[in-house]
Amino acid sequence: MVLHWLSEACLLAGSFLLLTGALGFLRFPDIYARIHACGVTETLATSLILVALLLKSEAALPQVKLLFILLFLMFSGPTASHALAKAAWQGGVRPRATRDAGERPASPAGR
Amino acid sequence: MELLVDIALLSMLVATAVSLILVRGLVASIMLTSIYGLLSASFFVTMDAVDVAFTEAAVGAGVSPLLLLMTVALVGRVEQQPRKRHIAFPLLLVTVTGVLLIVGTLDMPPFGSADAPALQHVAPRYLQQSGEEIGIPNVVTSVLASYRAYDTLGEVLVIFTAGIAVILVLMLPGRRGSVPDDAGRQRPRNVVVNVVSKILIPFMLLFALYVQFHGEYGPGGGFQAGVIFASGIILYGLLYGLPSVCRVIPPPVVEALAALGVLLYALTGVLALLDGRPFLDYSVLATDPVTAQYLGITAIELGVGVTVASVIITIFYAFAAHLSEAQR
Amino acid sequence: MDIASYFNYWIVIVLMMLGFYIVIARGNLVKKLIGLNIFQTSVFILYISAGKVSDGAAPILTEGVSVYSNPLPHVLILTAIVVGIATTAVGLALVARIHEAYGTVEESQILEQDNAC
Repeated sequence: MVLHWLSEACLLAGSFLLLTGALGFLRFPDIYARIHACGVTETLATSLILVALLLKSEAALPQVKLLFILLFLMFSGPTASHALAKAAWQGGVRPRATRDAGERPASPAGR
Repeated sequence: MELLVDIALLSMLVATAVSLILVRGLVASIMLTSIYGLLSASFFVTMDAVDVAFTEAAVGAGVSPLLLLMTVALVGRVEQQPRKRHIAFPLLLVTVTGVLLIVGTLDMPPFGSADAPALQHVAPRYLQQSGEEIGIPNVVTSVLASYRAYDTLGEVLVIFTAGIAVILVLMLPGRRGSVPDDAGRQRPRNVVVNVVSKILIPFMLLFALYVQFHGEYGPGGGFQAGVIFASGIILYGLLYGLPSVCRVIPPPVVEALAALGVLLYALTGVLALLDGRPFLDYSVLATDPVTAQYLGITAIELGVGVTVASVIITIFYAFAAHLSEAQR
Repeated sequence: MDIASYFNYWIVIVLMMLGFYIVIARGNLVKKLIGLNIFQTSVFILYISAGKVSDGAAPILTEGVSVYSNPLPHVLILTAIVVGIATTAVGLALVARIHEAYGTVEESQILEQDNAC
């Protein structure tokens, strides 16, 4: 019974985080803020949802599979966000803060 | 509840397709195509078509956008504005056709009804008897590799032919078989992506093998495994460059494997012919009919997997070689 | 008449027409192929929808389950997806070659060059 309510709570929290991530993606001003909105919430939200499913499932095999998916998401989510941000930086996109201040953008590292 | 998910997914598909029409620029279009592929894969899960969803997730969201991106790298990402007078006629044509088709759907059996004509003909037989006749739980694999093995042979041949066609169309004159070396060119490196991918690629290949040999018991089979295996190799090629991946799996080997897969499939069928039975009759493989089916399905799925993986890797090689030639 | 019983088919037609529109109204050959992809996927959705049985399970035989969705469309579409990507690759290869020969992938410019000869 406790497990049931715990998993429901995880599901709700995960869905809420996904919603805020989507909202941030739509409302934030530039690509870096948007990556921040999605990347950070997405990893936590999907983990929470997977944990909720783990608590719900009874058999051992689905639980092991879910654990593997959780592990791979821990790898792939942050890597994707990092690759996206790095690609944007190398492509010459600068954060809005530096653009608005009229500063000369620093030359990208490793070029 | 299921209906709600269904409607939400389909609406998102329509929204993606509409934004595909509105968006300018090919790279954005390709990203939308990828989203479209992922959404339709999710939709297939809600429709109980787990095998199809598996394939669509690997192809529609992975390999297909990748090939499109490589083409765009070759031809440029700018898309020209269509002239105004070109819009009216297509719009009229599409509207009229759409309305006519929608009127036509009213004669179709309601969605999900169990007594629709499409469900009456051979499907009940597959569902009721494949358990005893073939002896494996996944009916999709039974139908694919045993009841309708002829069809599947045809499909595999089409894939093989398409692979040959891509090689022929993109063949660089005088450079057949030689691997372009771009050692002098500085590739943009990304340490984090490289390290994480290096950890993940072996697991991807292992997962492809699991999907290949577990296809009788759960969703999976040769087609899905081939695509997943190929995407592992393609990821390696994208990160470490064409020369490195060509050292791991040389192009002539991949091309030979593509032919070998088709050959394995067809020879399994010929084996039955030699014994005086119909083509692709597996009962020649063992005395016990269920064991024979199992052996035949394993052999055929292996042939499918090898061909699909090799053809997709070959297509990737052809495009990548062309790209590095064009960038020179 | 229940709207839910035809909703899937209508969406299929809408998607099909959107893809068709991209194919005939856009001049860029890569975009045309993307439109063709949309069209193709809409046909996949039609077949899979036709195979769905209400309250059915995925066609993997399990103890205690009696209603399954139709496995036959699944087989057809599963192979069609992989064939689709292979044939799309042929189309893309042709587009790459056309770009080499004409220097453009816009239909109108290709026609102009053809007429100028």
